[in-house]
Amino acid sequence: MQLQEKVKALKNQVKRRQSSQQENTFDYEKWLPYLFISPALVFIAGFLFYPLGNVFYYSLQNYNANTPFYNGFAGLDNFVRILTQDPQFYASLWISFKWVVSQVSLQVFFGMSIALLLNQKFKFRTFFRAAAFTPWAISGVLTSVMWSLMYNEHMGVVNDLLLKVGFIEQRQAWVADLATVFPAVVVAELWRGIPFFAITLLSALQSIPEELYEAAKVDGAGRIKTFLYVTLPQLKNTLILTTLLRCVWEYNNVDLIFNLTGGGPAHHTTTLTMYVAELAIRENNFGYGSAITVISFAILLVFVVTYLKISRMERGAEV
Amino acid sequence: MMKISLQKERFFTLYFPLLITMTFIMFPFYWTVNTALKNEGDIVKTPLEYIPSQITFDNFINAWNNIGFALFFKNSLFLAGCTVISVVFFATLVGYALSRYRFKGKKAFLLLLLCTQFVPGAMLIIPLFIIFKNLGLISNPLSLIIAYTTFQIPFNSILMNGFISNVPVQLEEAAMVDGCSRLQAIRHVIFPLLLPGIVATGVFTFIYAWNEFLFAFMLTNKAANFTLSVGLSYMMGEFNINYGALAAGSVIALVPAIIMFAYAQRYLVNGLGGAVKG
Repeated sequence: MQLQEKVKALKNQVKRRQSSQQENTFDYEKWLPYLFISPALVFIAGFLFYPLGNVFYYSLQNYNANTPFYNGFAGLDNFVRILTQDPQFYASLWISFKWVVSQVSLQVFFGMSIALLLNQKFKFRTFFRAAAFTPWAISGVLTSVMWSLMYNEHMGVVNDLLLKVGFIEQRQAWVADLATVFPAVVVAELWRGIPFFAITLLSALQSIPEELYEAAKVDGAGRIKTFLYVTLPQLKNTLILTTLLRCVWEYNNVDLIFNLTGGGPAHHTTTLTMYVAELAIRENNFGYGSAITVISFAILLVFVVTYLKISRMERGAEV
Repeated sequence: MMKISLQKERFFTLYFPLLITMTFIMFPFYWTVNTALKNEGDIVKTPLEYIPSQITFDNFINAWNNIGFALFFKNSLFLAGCTVISVVFFATLVGYALSRYRFKGKKAFLLLLLCTQFVPGAMLIIPLFIIFKNLGLISNPLSLIIAYTTFQIPFNSILMNGFISNVPVQLEEAAMVDGCSRLQAIRHVIFPLLLPGIVATGVFTFIYAWNEFLFAFMLTNKAANFTLSVGLSYMMGEFNINYGALAAGSVIALVPAIIMFAYAQRYLVNGLGGAVKG
């Protein structure tokens, strides 16, 4: 009896040791992926999600680096002030809306046109593709320098060309005039933004199987019908995702507006993000700026969720 | 008859729109170079000179030597270089883990990477400024390297995941059967095959770091640490803008971005397009 128990105990011990050894070697391989992703996680947690949390905290504070003696807990004061006493907030919200809608719709339209254009077969196609995509690699600051040289009232080439064509009768200060500043900024941003859609849509166009087009040809579909019933449905998923990404991107875009107009004249190009940048950079009003950021983020979140729901519903209806 | 109408069609569906597109895209580049090569008098002369009558390099010399573009260029280059090294290193690690392992929380991690793409950078300017101020890193390139690395890791990890998945896993297994450790297998077998992918990732990151403005502007307060973006921005904000030097400075900032782009464009349609298609 005793011997049997001893044998049993020994066997168990051996088993345990074996299994723990197995676990050890297994563990190394098991922990390796975590080891590999850990630096990325540290960066993202420390410098993306932690500051993101801070924004919510600061939004409840009076926090102005210029007037530190007033700093302290403010509760919902900032939010109340924004929603009830700040006309600039609503004006900026409207400009953001105009900005995103005009940018994204025009970028999709022209991006699609250029993608279709460059998907045709012709000589030096690779070169023309690369050339057409170049503005994608140009920064917002450089874009604003280049376009401000062209928009300039006195030495600008835009005035010179339009005068020659007879489109205008006298020189315009394109980015200083209330009537022209918004479209002027939109055109400059389009120059930089269209290539993104041209690239992603061209990539999607190339993955459409040739047989689909052959089948459409056999069925006698014309150019427009082929586009509507063959090409467009195949591009749908790419379009949904790129459009969403671009909406978020343009909503948050400040580089170009900041440098081309500074949000002016008379706040005519102050988007919500531009307003935050102004509060943070020019006024050092971190508490109030954070509160606007929180509201801005909430609006964005509602938009993204609604957008995804609608696009999923449509996809669901199709199936 | 048939041939003529075909050519006509090709003119309206291809050559004409191509000409318009190329003019719209290329003209701003041309005009910047044109302005940079003219002397101050010719820039404001009427009628406007579409081809400079006198070419001068004074604007470049002035921008480089007197305005500080030599320094801005050096700062931008250093910053972009460090960011590229750090992003490529960490993104390769993540890409390897995603491509070669199944692990608990992988889906959650992928979702996290995706979520970061929706976090507005502008939302972070206030808290990041305060964090780096508390760390004493304002006007220190380290703060920008950290920030850029953080923002660039997610996209480039997904990109690296794609590149690594294209390298057959059997190659590493064979190396490991032959007695390599996993890390040796990565270094001697995977790395050489991955080099084009690494270069593509590096180029994408370089373009980002070279172009970034908002954080560079917010986290730098000494002219000695300005990047090209920040330098150009301050120059544009001046009351009396020296247009010739501004254009020359732009050309200086443009050249590396375009060189990098010329290399990256072959990966664009498959890389950027592919990543978006997911």
